[in-house]
Amino acid sequence: MGVLVTTTINGDTVEFACDPHESLLDVLRNRLGLSGAKEGCGTGDCGSCSVQVDGRVVCSCLMLGVEAEGREIETVEGLSTGTELHPLQTKFLEHAALQCGVCTPGFLMAAKALLEKNPDPTEEEIRFGLAGNLCRCTGYDKIVRAVQDAAKVMRG
Amino acid sequence: MAASENATAVPSADGNMAHPFEDAPNHVTPTVVHDPILTKTDFKSVGTRPLRPDGLDKVTGRARYGADFNLPGQLVGLVLRSPHAHAKIKKIDTSKAEKLAGVKAVITAADLPDHTAGDQSMYDILENCMARGIAKYDGHAVAAVAAVDAPTARAALKLIKVDYEILPHVTDVDEAVKPNAPLVNPKMFTEGVEPKPKKASNIAKRTEFGHGDVDAGFKDADVIVERSFRTEQTHQGYIEPHACVASVSPDGTGELWVCTQGHFVYRNHCAMLLGMEVSKLRVTSSEIGGGFGGKTHVWAEPVALALSRKANRPVKLTMSRDEVFRASGPTSATSIDVRIGAKKDGTIVAADATLRFSGGPYYGMWAELGAMTAFACYDLKNVRTVGYEVLVNRPKTAAYRAPSAPMAAFAVESVVDELAHKIGMNEVDFRIKNAAKQGTRASYGPVYGPIGIGATLEAAKKHPHMSAPLGKNQGRGMACGFWFNFGGQTCTDINVGPDGSVTLTVGTVDVGGSRASIALCVAEELGVPYEQVKCIVADTGTLGHNDMTDGSRGTFSSSMAGIFAARNAITVLRERAAKMWEISVDDVTWEDGHAKAVGEKYGNLTPLSLKEIAAAAGNTGGPVAGHSEIVADGAGVSFATHIADVEVDPETGRSKIVRYTVIQDAGKAVHPTYVEGQYQGGAAQGIGWALNEEYIYGKNGRLQNPGFLDYRIPVCSDLPMIDTQILEIPNPNHPYGVRGVGETSIVPPLAAIANAMSNAFGVRMTHVPMSPPRVLKALEAARKG
Amino acid sequence: MAEIHLWGALRPAAGGASVVSVDANTIRELFRKLKETYPGMAPHLARGVAVSIDGRIFRDSWGTELPEGAEIYLLPRIQGG
Repeated sequence: MGVLVTTTINGDTVEFACDPHESLLDVLRNRLGLSGAKEGCGTGDCGSCSVQVDGRVVCSCLMLGVEAEGREIETVEGLSTGTELHPLQTKFLEHAALQCGVCTPGFLMAAKALLEKNPDPTEEEIRFGLAGNLCRCTGYDKIVRAVQDAAKVMRG
Repeated sequence: MAASENATAVPSADGNMAHPFEDAPNHVTPTVVHDPILTKTDFKSVGTRPLRPDGLDKVTGRARYGADFNLPGQLVGLVLRSPHAHAKIKKIDTSKAEKLAGVKAVITAADLPDHTAGDQSMYDILENCMARGIAKYDGHAVAAVAAVDAPTARAALKLIKVDYEILPHVTDVDEAVKPNAPLVNPKMFTEGVEPKPKKASNIAKRTEFGHGDVDAGFKDADVIVERSFRTEQTHQGYIEPHACVASVSPDGTGELWVCTQGHFVYRNHCAMLLGMEVSKLRVTSSEIGGGFGGKTHVWAEPVALALSRKANRPVKLTMSRDEVFRASGPTSATSIDVRIGAKKDGTIVAADATLRFSGGPYYGMWAELGAMTAFACYDLKNVRTVGYEVLVNRPKTAAYRAPSAPMAAFAVESVVDELAHKIGMNEVDFRIKNAAKQGTRASYGPVYGPIGIGATLEAAKKHPHMSAPLGKNQGRGMACGFWFNFGGQTCTDINVGPDGSVTLTVGTVDVGGSRASIALCVAEELGVPYEQVKCIVADTGTLGHNDMTDGSRGTFSSSMAGIFAARNAITVLRERAAKMWEISVDDVTWEDGHAKAVGEKYGNLTPLSLKEIAAAAGNTGGPVAGHSEIVADGAGVSFATHIADVEVDPETGRSKIVRYTVIQDAGKAVHPTYVEGQYQGGAAQGIGWALNEEYIYGKNGRLQNPGFLDYRIPVCSDLPMIDTQILEIPNPNHPYGVRGVGETSIVPPLAAIANAMSNAFGVRMTHVPMSPPRVLKALEAARKG
Repeated sequence: MAEIHLWGALRPAAGGASVVSVDANTIRELFRKLKETYPGMAPHLARGVAVSIDGRIFRDSWGTELPEGAEIYLLPRIQGG
């Protein structure tokens, strides 16, 4: 048990202690009770652990917990504002962009990061922008439609 | 059940007059099992697309999957696995691991004594969970530890010394059937051959199906096509690895939190393997992050329970992605020979297939299923299929969405296409001419009742996809697929709350939105809005046995049980209304969520809503409920037709799906969006299987690509939108006409894509996956030849 | 009397016959009589059998009646995924 880390998670200042070898994913799930991010592979291939770090989408299994020092982390738990869902969450539900739902937190964060950089993406840009997130249930059709629809709402 | 006319008041213990007999708690309405016949084709709720009850939790990160649960004091479990494909375990020295500070239990097969009492299939499961003297594949569990944290557990594994004597191995399905192949199980003698063989073999079983005389049929053929095919092993690829938390108490009772497709079956299996009474083990199904058949089997759960029992503390055991690939249950690798003969007018006169399917080290029914499904789409006078179950030193094969059918369909549908071309007939017309219909004798035996393959073919013919223009290097292909559906044991409870809200408790695990679909059916039957019905999945302590969510049975069976439970609840509701009105229950009907008094003399009685009856329940006999315990059985079979447009880059061999259409009969789509989702998901898995996915074993018998980087499933940029056409030909054996839909969609893609490639370049692909190196090789061969 | 069609694996126990006649009104009665008449079938029946009645496949409901003149086919008990 070595390192004391101070960071911001979903807008809140958070302090935690972790071992130097622990991944950010381990810290989120095992020390901070934020189990929205999932370990699908542990090697950065599936994206189900995706979070935003200073706005950039990152596989939290590939980042060390200690690297969170001084950064702004966003997870799926911080997507909604109180009881009001983020448009991505609403559209994922409406379009049934989830079946088992285990990849959904990762997709939501990746889609959020994508739309923040590119608010009006083409279908191809969405597909390539989300190519780092694996889904085995849906075939991606309804995910892409949900992101297109959310983008429309977010553009006003 | 009208109240007795001779009710007499009974004094209670404190001297007050108790309620009259008619309200006594022992007045019970028996649960009625209703006739599963189609009774409704006009719907208010069924067929709509509301949000699912678990959706909010899943988009906010609140939903709890297998690894999202923790118990106080829990230990971390880790499994030591054989690095050898085949090896005798001469000795396991766990002493150093046991002494490591923080290690609370170390187990081997010695801690899992055999309680299987001669049940070979359960013994195979036991041995697969923990090797008993012989490691049979790379990844086979040989020992396990439970420690206070992951680093300690990992260090403990390193301290376990295993003395292996490496044995010759065989991992290839064609190599394994050769006469001098190393034996995976020296006690395996091929079943299904007469006389009984004296020499052991890697062929566990031979099965045969068919009818007529294929030899005579082939003599009669004008055109014959004969080809051999291979498909490599694939994995269901669920994103959530197996995970559980097991807690066993000193008195032998246990709890298990686990991601599973069937918590009741897991309970039965774990209890037997641990030597526990079933009732002493309570299993809660977490939300499941995908299964597709791979979570219908226990892998690490008995190990977690055994660790917990020894350590006397809860144990959390999750499999890494590496372990999932190496040591859970992928599907068979296959080698299939197909021969089909037809007359010039397009009538198929003979069809013959030999199928070799790998089962891992254990006996299974994989080739048998392939042999049953191979020609199921067609009306054949002469047909024969022979299946061989082949043992190899690979992980134990488990079911994968319509198990064995995709590979068989790949082979058959490819040859059907080639035959159609040779005769000069359009592929769809050729299939329509030979399609099975009601009255056809299926190639697997029975005569078909009403079936939908004709309808899907006709719909494909008319579909705009068929006439869309094709671009450069693009080809279009189509294929049909067949799969069984089944029902099974199902229990459902409906409990009406004091405020009239309805809790619907089911035992079928929800893999893709079935809670919404079942709630829609119950809302429909009760005549109340969907929002008034809340569906939850109960644990094994709360309901009677429910079979697994597999075989496309989830919505089919639970909706049937839900509808019957609702009908039983309606009987109770009518009785209560009758009491409230003080009239005979025979004069009360149930309509649009209300009890209505029938007859002119009751014209002044306003109908009573579910809410009103529920509010008065305390005074009319207690809580209102309806139950149903059934075996949903006699499900029909399922057919689909797919159309695929594939573009192949002739320089790199890389292919891309540019357009894809699924046409399948759902009977009645309860929640059309989720039916579409099943069609699209199955198609996507089939596409990955067709183009990229395969297990690659080295000469040393070790799996070389146990990760998502090199076992490449389709990503978002690989696929186009997937069009779906839901046909609704009501199933006469379900009250709302529902058919199972979940599996069939994975059956046609391999062949549809192979046929598309063939149409693009004139090369016949016979080896799946049709990855770039294989495509380039085929193109090269075509250029030369 | 019902005509029972047997899939390949059951035929050796019936002396090679692919169809046998059994006097049974329900699936349960059918299994009982098959075990009595063809003891070689017992291990297969124990391992699991499905019964097709006019094309509908039953895997568990042994109380199901065998209608007069229906086509009855015994099959391996299929599993799904």
